[in-house]
Amino acid sequence: MTDTTIKKEIKKQDFSQMEPIVKYEDIHKAFGDVEVLKGINLDIRPGEKVALIGPSGSGKTTIIRMLMTLEEPTSGEIIVDGKNLWHMEKNGQLVPANEKHLRAVRGNIGMVFQHFNLFPHMTILENCMTAPIHVQKESKASAKQRSIEMLEKVGLGDKLDNYPNQLSGGQKQRVAMARALVMRPKIMLFDEVTSALDPELVGEVLEVIRDIAREGEMAMVLVTHEMEFAQEIADRIVFLDNGVIAEEGSPSEVLEHSKNERLASFLSRFRS
Amino acid sequence: MNWKWDLFFDAFPLILEGLSITVALTIACYLFALIFGFAWTFLRRIPIKIVHWTVTWVMEFIRSTPPLVQLFFIYYAWPMIPGIGVSLPAFLSAVLGIGLHYSTYIGEVYRSGIESVNKGQWEASKALNFSTIQKWRKIILPQAVPPTIPMLGNYLIIMFKEVPLAATIGVTGMLHIANEFGAQHFRYLESLTIVAILFLVLSYPSAIMIRKLEQKINRRFDKDEALQESKGAVV
Amino acid sequence: MNTITEVFPVLLKGMNITIIVLVLSAALGYLFAFIAGLCRLSNNVFLRKFTGVYVEVFRGTSLIVQLFWFYYAIPMLFNINLGNDLLAGVLAIALNYGAYMSEVVRGSILSVANGQTEAATALNMNRFQKMRLVILPQAIKMMLPEFGNYLIQMLKATSLVSLIGMTDILYHGNLLRSSELSMAPTIYFLVLVFYFILALPLIFLTRKMESISKKGVASQ
Repeated sequence: MTDTTIKKEIKKQDFSQMEPIVKYEDIHKAFGDVEVLKGINLDIRPGEKVALIGPSGSGKTTIIRMLMTLEEPTSGEIIVDGKNLWHMEKNGQLVPANEKHLRAVRGNIGMVFQHFNLFPHMTILENCMTAPIHVQKESKASAKQRSIEMLEKVGLGDKLDNYPNQLSGGQKQRVAMARALVMRPKIMLFDEVTSALDPELVGEVLEVIRDIAREGEMAMVLVTHEMEFAQEIADRIVFLDNGVIAEEGSPSEVLEHSKNERLASFLSRFRS
Repeated sequence: MNWKWDLFFDAFPLILEGLSITVALTIACYLFALIFGFAWTFLRRIPIKIVHWTVTWVMEFIRSTPPLVQLFFIYYAWPMIPGIGVSLPAFLSAVLGIGLHYSTYIGEVYRSGIESVNKGQWEASKALNFSTIQKWRKIILPQAVPPTIPMLGNYLIIMFKEVPLAATIGVTGMLHIANEFGAQHFRYLESLTIVAILFLVLSYPSAIMIRKLEQKINRRFDKDEALQESKGAVV
Repeated sequence: MNTITEVFPVLLKGMNITIIVLVLSAALGYLFAFIAGLCRLSNNVFLRKFTGVYVEVFRGTSLIVQLFWFYYAIPMLFNINLGNDLLAGVLAIALNYGAYMSEVVRGSILSVANGQTEAATALNMNRFQKMRLVILPQAIKMMLPEFGNYLIQMLKATSLVSLIGMTDILYHGNLLRSSELSMAPTIYFLVLVFYFILALPLIFLTRKMESISKKGVASQ
């Protein structure tokens, strides 16, 4: 935890008085017989940066995948911008959400994946502009212009017509971020975005996330193993262990002053 | 609807008798193809360019022309060739014709099995100074054979369904008997339906067995096929 | 060899029938393959089971049996005449290979990496957009080599229509042999060569498709 110089640039806020944009209410999730989440209650407020940390298998990734509607909770509900995500009202009753409802809520959310998941049959410009055109019905000219601007912002303005397989891992991940950002989400999810990268490529990707964080408008949820980075940009750190939130609070509370033994032993692995 | 149950029950025992010929022919063709497939694979591995090229194109020729014509060639044309011409009974002609056609496919299966063995395995067996025979017996074949087993099983089923071609040269399998029955009674509906049902009843369970076997072998070899199978609806 | 010059023009007469049957069967066969392949991935249980039965029945019985059934049995069963042998021949080949190729369609769509569907979901595409923009463009590339192989299979299968009286290459060959028994070797060899010449462009097309399909598909 030495990187104090950059830390100053990102202003930390206390969001606790604001109305949450995402609320997890007693979320349980089981895969077959294995219960990975055992009652998660978590609020995320507009513009807040939350880092989820914890040992592998603790359920961090499942938490954000459920918000992206890639996994369905076994029980509980997630509320996004005041609306139920997994249920909708029909004739005065709550029924399981249909695809139309999910899409309406999902429009607020963007995601970057561990393994990039770029579309290999499209150029990187097409990767970025396809969804605005077809999903948000934006005009082709405007979507193209915004995509180019976004790709320039992540430092790939000279690669517009390249295909994903011509890029390095770090470049691919930056395209993936541009692709998600062009959709102007209110909430961005980052699923271990640096763990599939060679060590020397991690920096360029973190730099882009730092830029996004500095702008400050979007809520961000990061699942990460980069402890220093989490400390630097997060307003709040959530430690998951065995499917429950074992500790949460400001970076200094969690990373420096916690009494939780499991957390201490988890963190000791990152200090060498 | 115009269906006659009495004809159905008259024809059924007759056609069932043809089943043994159909099955016998399938097995004979299959064995021929399994053995001849080795010949193709061996010939293609001869490291002389002209031999390799010739064998490749002869295989391509046999594979991309109709087995029905090949059957007619062996049955009708071969006896007429001066010098080497031999007149073969219909059953044997069918074994040669259908067996030869599918031997080219079986040869490809063997080849894909051998090529599926990682290059490092060849290098390792060289590094350990195995003899050629030891290398094939201990290292290459034990790895090359398992992935080919489901493919070979599939070809058995495919050939079973191809064997009724032999009815055209008078081999008295199920289809031939059904055709004769149809000609006698001036209606083919019931007899042909029986043939179709018998083929389905035999080949469908076999196909399921092969699929199961394939999943088992893939799992052993860490392929992710089973995983893809388990994925639900996409559309 | 003046027998060759004698046989050649006779076989040539059957060329157009062979090609017509091939083109129609292939067009219909690919259509059936896509319809059945997509239906088998549908959320609708009835649709899935129904196409499942179609696929298993046509894969489980022999093409030549199906052809005879369409030609001899269907008209009798429903007291209708399919009209002509062309319809029976094309339908049998197309339905048979459509069933086989539907498995190619289904398998390719399933194997376009899972992550691709997730990324499309994260971009809030609807089902139709996911299919059209992300999955099908990649899945079709994967299907191409198999489609090419099946095209060659269908070419070979067209020879069966001679058995229901259609005047294709093999039919003319058989006719000539029945009057000139000793010419059988030349006749059938030339028939084989005819089919091989028709197959050659398809063989090269398939190889081309193999090289296309290797590019631009998610490997994970």
